[in-house]
Amino acid sequence: MTADANAVEATLDSTLENVEVADEIAMRMCARAGLEEEDQHKVEMAVHESMINAVRHGNKSDASKKIWLRFEIRADRLEIHIRDEGTGFDVSQIPDPLAPENLLKVSGRGIFLIRTFMDEFRIEHPAGSGTEVTLIKRLNSNQLKVHEGGHRP
Amino acid sequence: MSMKATAREVDGVTVVDISGRITLGETCSQLRQMIRDYLAKGHKNLLLNLADVTYIDSSGIGELVSAFTAVSNQGGNMKLLNLTKKVHDLLQITKLLTVFDVHTDEATAIASFGKGASA
Repeated sequence: MTADANAVEATLDSTLENVEVADEIAMRMCARAGLEEEDQHKVEMAVHESMINAVRHGNKSDASKKIWLRFEIRADRLEIHIRDEGTGFDVSQIPDPLAPENLLKVSGRGIFLIRTFMDEFRIEHPAGSGTEVTLIKRLNSNQLKVHEGGHRP
Repeated sequence: MSMKATAREVDGVTVVDISGRITLGETCSQLRQMIRDYLAKGHKNLLLNLADVTYIDSSGIGELVSAFTAVSNQGGNMKLLNLTKKVHDLLQITKLLTVFDVHTDEATAIASFGKGASA
């Protein structure tokens, strides 16, 4: 794992234990970015669900396959990248979990929660390098002062 | 932190006090097995007290849905008690508040099972 004041990068094995490692990194970076508790929970949950997708659906629970993470606090946002070694998936094929006929389904809510909790969510398939999701949470001016070392007014 | 669950009987209703995290993996399996065990023993009126559940992910939500369906299919009732704001918000945005019977007071929740409740 590499880190500087406003960025953390890690490469993890595809295990459920490492989902918790990613959760912890997310909470640390959210706190550093000055996010309120409610937003911290939203980002942690979006990272958690993205990691589960990477472990189970991307890397098919093959622990030898890696998941690459990058958290970066930028001028106006917390930006998170999570990349697996899988072949990706078509988001448009995921049934709407809010449709009445899907409400009692056991699975299928992860992507919906990620979209709901983050300000931006993108899925890309870089040639030959798996699937990468980008999660963005925008920061307001007070939060920016915190991670730049200033004080809240 | 893992999940902990302890059960008590109140007026024919099995109240299950759950604490910790309900997430993909061991805790979801634990919850699933626990519900199966209660149903196998004839406990068909379940009230899950989630006051001390600190975190629940989409798999945990799915497990609650699965439990609700399993109990309903056995002719029983499963209700929820004392949701934290995080869990309440999750069930709201996933529209599951329209599915689950949610209570904030244990006595009222117990009474809602009716006089015919038999654990």
